[in-house]
Amino acid sequence: MYDVIVIGGGHAGCEACLASARMKHKTLLVTGNIKNIADMPCNPSIGGSAKGIIVREIDALGGEMGKCADKSLIQMKMLNSSKGPAVRSLRAQADKITYPKVMLETLKSTDNLEILEAMVKEIIVEDNIVKGVILEDGRIINSKAVIITTGTYLKSDILVGSTRIRKGPHGEKTSNYLSDNLKELGFTIKRLKTGTPPRIDKSTIDFSKTRIENGDSTSYTFSYENNIYYDVDNQVPCHLIYTTPTTHQIITDNLNKSSMYGGLDDIKGVGPRYCPSIEDKIVRFSDKERHQLFLEPESIYYDDIYLQGFSTSMPIDVQEKMVHSLPGLENAKILKYAYAIEYDAIDSKQLKLSLETKIIDNLFTAGQINGTSGYEEAACQGLIAGINAALKLEGKEPLILKRSEAYIGVLIDDLITKGIMDPYRMLTSRAEYRLLLRNDNADMRLTEYGHDVGLITDDRYNMFILKKDSIKNLINELKTKKITPTELGNNFLSELNTTQIKDSITLYDLLKRPEVKIDSLQNMFGKYSKDVLEQVEISVKYEGYINKALKEAEKFNELDSKKIPSDIDYSKIKNLASEARQKLENVRPTSIGQASRISGVNPVDISLIIVYIKKEYFYDRK
Amino acid sequence: MNDTICAISTPLAPGAISIIRMSGSGAISIANKVFVGKDLEKVNDHTINYGHIYDGDELIDEVMVSVMREPNTYTREDVIEINAHGSIASAKRILELLLKNGCRLANPGEFTERAFINGRIDLVEAESVMDIIDSSNEKALSMAVNQLSGSTSNKIKEIRKMISDIETNIEVNIDFPEYDDINVLTNEIIKPKLINISDELHTLLNNSKDSKIIKDGIDTVIIGKPNVGKSSILNKLLEEDKAIVTDIPGTTRDIVEGVIDINGIRLNLIDTAGIRETDDLVESIGVKKSLELINKASLIIFVLNNNTEITDSEYEILSKIKDKNYIIIINKIDLDKNIDDSNLNNVIYMSTVNDIGIDDLKNKIINMYELDKLNTKDFNYLSSARSISLIEKAIDSIDKSIGAIEEGQPIDIVEVDISSASEYLGDILGINYKEDLFEQLFSNFCLGK
Repeated sequence: MYDVIVIGGGHAGCEACLASARMKHKTLLVTGNIKNIADMPCNPSIGGSAKGIIVREIDALGGEMGKCADKSLIQMKMLNSSKGPAVRSLRAQADKITYPKVMLETLKSTDNLEILEAMVKEIIVEDNIVKGVILEDGRIINSKAVIITTGTYLKSDILVGSTRIRKGPHGEKTSNYLSDNLKELGFTIKRLKTGTPPRIDKSTIDFSKTRIENGDSTSYTFSYENNIYYDVDNQVPCHLIYTTPTTHQIITDNLNKSSMYGGLDDIKGVGPRYCPSIEDKIVRFSDKERHQLFLEPESIYYDDIYLQGFSTSMPIDVQEKMVHSLPGLENAKILKYAYAIEYDAIDSKQLKLSLETKIIDNLFTAGQINGTSGYEEAACQGLIAGINAALKLEGKEPLILKRSEAYIGVLIDDLITKGIMDPYRMLTSRAEYRLLLRNDNADMRLTEYGHDVGLITDDRYNMFILKKDSIKNLINELKTKKITPTELGNNFLSELNTTQIKDSITLYDLLKRPEVKIDSLQNMFGKYSKDVLEQVEISVKYEGYINKALKEAEKFNELDSKKIPSDIDYSKIKNLASEARQKLENVRPTSIGQASRISGVNPVDISLIIVYIKKEYFYDRK
Repeated sequence: MNDTICAISTPLAPGAISIIRMSGSGAISIANKVFVGKDLEKVNDHTINYGHIYDGDELIDEVMVSVMREPNTYTREDVIEINAHGSIASAKRILELLLKNGCRLANPGEFTERAFINGRIDLVEAESVMDIIDSSNEKALSMAVNQLSGSTSNKIKEIRKMISDIETNIEVNIDFPEYDDINVLTNEIIKPKLINISDELHTLLNNSKDSKIIKDGIDTVIIGKPNVGKSSILNKLLEEDKAIVTDIPGTTRDIVEGVIDINGIRLNLIDTAGIRETDDLVESIGVKKSLELINKASLIIFVLNNNTEITDSEYEILSKIKDKNYIIIINKIDLDKNIDDSNLNNVIYMSTVNDIGIDDLKNKIINMYELDKLNTKDFNYLSSARSISLIEKAIDSIDKSIGAIEEGQPIDIVEVDISSASEYLGDILGINYKEDLFEQLFSNFCLGK
């Protein structure tokens, strides 16, 4: 008898089983192939705009992805550094050999965690409570909670040209029964699709025809533990090329051979809008003369180069022609052909904000099965599902992060409230208060939660408290130390290229000037670490904007704190638009704020709900 | 919500036709109970039917009844309109009869609220309906009708689109930073666009402010010493325009007691009673009362006596009005001139006895407010104080974002205020959700429509 069974060893599954095991619950990870644990079947990178911040959040809550990425990265960049403090985000090239290896070692050395290589056929449910799983070989394993993190493996089909093969990524065996079982249990099954580009033999590429893209010269880490494992001066570069008119011609001429454009006539899966195939790009943006492609190294241990931006479901002979039309790839050898993959997912609106399913108690789902795309999106859901499964068994309230608190909160609320049409990728624009959800302050936002649930160790927590203190001290220093309008003072200001003063100015106010950087004031106050300096600089410089966002978030959270009674009967609210009524019934939001975010529910519907609640639940009870 | 409401939707004035309007699922059947004529439940949709209203055996009135079935009605519910030809008393009898038969008396603005809730009109349109009800002169009515067609909504939507175009481009730049072939918006590129948006908003705002004059009129006070001729001037103005001095109680303009129409624009005369009854503003009630009135009014007409020198208290008033819109009338020019008017501006010389100067006064007001230039036909304007203040906030946000560009802030920070501007405009259109917005809006509606 286990406390928690996690089905699937991808990025969601790893975080889920680690969280529950570390929270001292006896946990079993069931995976189809142990060698594929924490596999990166698509791009060899972790992070990216907004996604990098999610990795920081995972780390602040006590998850593993950040630390694992730090140990396996071969190139690191800070994106958007000139575009503003809120949108800075880390992106790493992660080694596809090292990352899974490090993760597997971590799993193996974690107490309360066992790993079993097997396929799950069914979920055991009694009285709407999950009781365990039945394996494909008939074995029964009992547990108090189950977390499904099967990624793209539910009835997955690999599509290349006009061929459809029932297989998982890399030709792994797929899960043929579980999604039927979920359907029987009452879940709505939808079909989604994604794709991956060809891999090219590095030694057959003429890099002289490409532009080199190096990592940043400053070192960074995802984890707030700040351990640097990579050699900043010896990072592995990426390379940039562009498609040619010939490429476009080949694609246009062969369009009907692509699985998605007529090669197969039974495509039901909806692909991600934000990650289109190269044929999609050429059809939809026909006026664009060329498209950017990146040559990304998959690993330092083997020669595959990932051709980012070139995912396709063309037959292999066309793929050959397409690849050979690219500059520097005229004689390239394709090691793995591109493919599209179709898979089953559930309707995320059938979940609670805790990621527990609404219809079966103690059953949780996380990752691509919920309709997301991306390693980071999967991992953070796995972490939350793992934490909440554990909290549920402990009889405690679930951890639900607010939209103003974390991208993770935004992601889960979007899934549960709005649902998805195509695979969901996190974007900074999905967050209302991104000035609060920064790369630099994920620890300030979430470490307390991580510590409360027991995933952040006391040592790490103490480090966090020290950091908080030194931030406070530095701000105090800045507020008390002044520059006086003496010749010496004003000379200093001219050196900083900023306006001279007639009255004394505190360092705090001086730092508010956009042209003044905290680095240039460093010998005027004590010694502080790089991330303390960064966080203080941002919070001082953008204080007005941050306060504005805080105020707005407060108002927003007020709507979220207005609860909708769980027994509300929407059919009794007269004049509700029928679309709204149906969607409200479908989502059954827990708060007015959540209801107002459901697409198709208009302000008028919201006021009708408020009036109804006031009438039914307050006036009548008098 | 779908119960049947009713109200008398025309002003309670003698002589006119009164319309009693009903809306809701029971409208037709309830009307049918009291109507003798054709069976209203069977008549064709959108027809007018002649007949009589009876209370039992008692004939109440001879009426025309319009039957309009949902959804093609103002509220998108079944709507009945009873045109009653008799007295106010009979209109009230009909209303009572309908209430007795299962209707509920409509709350202020409830018909429009239903139209809004049933998706018939958006917020901007709802507000302009209020203008039609309120508009007591022709120009305001033509503007309100113009707005109902949605031209203001369209203008705001157009500006909002300009803003969101910038926003989305910035977002793409942020979320897909590796793509250098997407047009990267920089502060330099967006600054002229923002200035253009700010200009567009200013135009909308100015139109709105002008329209406020047209719609609400100009609050005007006539002050001056006793016997200086205030009431004669007032009477002359009223006489000339054949305007009626009425009481308009219960509104925010409850101090308005007389209305004069000049070039289609209303002058709301404040405290005419004070002029008539006491006629001693400066001396007996004192300067303090005058100052109060000065603060309330947007146009001050200060009457001096040509025959006497300016007193200290009059000088005090003069110093207080110098920053406001004012006109000085030097009255009684038929008498000897003893006044020193060398330092006075905006002066009209008048003799009410000899009918001199009244036209000058009117022309002065027309010039002062450029009333002749107000072009009401192609106005895009927002009528309510709420909308105007939202436009002001949007302008403020755009200006802040321009300021941020000038300070050299990064684009993500610049975008904060750009997004706020977009939200404020969304608020005007009712696109964003604000909980008490609707309650507030609809409680401002007068009964009927």
